[in-house]
Amino acid sequence: MNWNDVRNDFPLIIKHPKIAYLDSAATSQRPASVIEAEQEFYVNYNANPLRGLYDLSQEATERYETARQRISEFIGAGDPAQIIFTRNSTESLNLLAYSLGATLSSGDEILVSIMEHHSNIVPWQQVCKRTGASLKFVECDEQGVITKEAFEACLTDKTRIVSMTQVSNVLGVKNDIKLFASLAHEKGALFICDGAQSVPHMPVDVADLDVDFLVFSGHKMGAPFGIGVLYGRYELLNDMQPFLTGGEMIEFVTREDATWAEVPHKFEAGTVNAAGAYGLLAAIDYYRSIGFENIVKREEELSQIAFRLLTDIPHVKLLGSKDANNHNGIFSFTVEGVHPHDIAEILNSDGVCIRAGHHCAQPLLKHLGVSSSARASLMFYNTEDEIVKLAESLKSIRRRMGYAE
Amino acid sequence: MQNSFYREIINDHNLHPVNKHELQDANTELRGVNPSCGDDIVLRLKVEDGRITDGAFTGDGCAISQASADIMLELINGKTLEEAKHLCDIFLRMIKGDASPEQIEQLEEAGAFTDISHMPARVKCAVLGWHTLDNIIDQRIT
Repeated sequence: MNWNDVRNDFPLIIKHPKIAYLDSAATSQRPASVIEAEQEFYVNYNANPLRGLYDLSQEATERYETARQRISEFIGAGDPAQIIFTRNSTESLNLLAYSLGATLSSGDEILVSIMEHHSNIVPWQQVCKRTGASLKFVECDEQGVITKEAFEACLTDKTRIVSMTQVSNVLGVKNDIKLFASLAHEKGALFICDGAQSVPHMPVDVADLDVDFLVFSGHKMGAPFGIGVLYGRYELLNDMQPFLTGGEMIEFVTREDATWAEVPHKFEAGTVNAAGAYGLLAAIDYYRSIGFENIVKREEELSQIAFRLLTDIPHVKLLGSKDANNHNGIFSFTVEGVHPHDIAEILNSDGVCIRAGHHCAQPLLKHLGVSSSARASLMFYNTEDEIVKLAESLKSIRRRMGYAE
Repeated sequence: MQNSFYREIINDHNLHPVNKHELQDANTELRGVNPSCGDDIVLRLKVEDGRITDGAFTGDGCAISQASADIMLELINGKTLEEAKHLCDIFLRMIKGDASPEQIEQLEEAGAFTDISHMPARVKCAVLGWHTLDNIIDQRIT
């Protein structure tokens, strides 16, 4: 695999050769094929899908449903009706919180991990306020590991829903979803997997993991903004009440009431983002053209380099695992005496893009005793040179902030 | 903050703040927070007969938020609430790129933050102390 050629697939990277984009955990760059696919949709097939009886609308519908089919194959979901299009992971989780939350009552428990993104905490807090259910957190140790014992200690006969991220957006650590899902199922609880940081970087198979639901965002894997996915087991989706209601999700509407369309359309109210779905299909094709085994290998190599260079810099403290293999391209760190905002600003002046702040995971940072941190995150299109650039800039930071060394 | 002269002023106030400490005999205090980035300060003032006779802050945040609060307290110490309010107003307008050179001169060292108007991401950091002060004064006056 020639990774320089791969870089040339990304128009933004060509346009900004001096920028080291190390914020792919926030959003990835897009390959030309995705940008072209979205345009191709609007130029060739644009009409409101799922409604029209004319050819153009049917063409649009066909692209939209083909995307559903291919995404279903991509995550091993089987029946494509189990794929629901949303805007992003956050919307998928809100859908689940709303629709599953409606079945909860006082005394029921929802279990999440302390390393969840706010999008997998706040919707459940709202459910608890509405229903009287309680939200429990399973904690990780300092290196980000959630042990089987810790998980079992939090799981009770009252646990109805467990929702957990596969890869932490702060620590990069990977949770043993297959194990936790099977433990949750033994207690009769449903298991939701947040794949926002895993699906773009490793093969994820819902049948193998045996999860009830999986959510992920297109924009973190090269697809356009505003297209996300919810996978759910058909019989569960079929029993759930809809989230948004209105056009195209109904069967019959009278003055007083309505009946719902079949899954998945029951959950896709209003005009859908068909061009976005077609863009996501192009992103999946792009992944296939490179090959997941190549992507995984490349990101592992880059991770090793980043881990080695970052841990070598005095005053830089890496959060999470002391083993490079547990970072999955995500490196959160602090620099002694320098606020993460200042780190990000100085790195920006050197052409290095990183994230700074609490990464939408305030409970985790509090648990780790850190008020905020900086984060560099990698994707297969990054280079060793970019990581060196990050490290060199970091080495100069304390001096530039007025420290003697 | 590319200009190294201004960077030095900010670094100096960040590393060696004069007014970052508790204030036992304060008679007014207010917390100021930037939820998106985590800057978090508590501003304490001693106000006697409508005049600020002492002030200090505690908390944590980036260099710009901390230095800005420190410099602000140096400037307003001894000023009446009305004078301090006027200086707040100039500072907030400077950050929007909307203050004259003569007005900026009244801000003394706080004029070092004039470049922030070109750095939208840092505006919230620079104005945190000043917004908090502005809120305190509004509470005292009304």
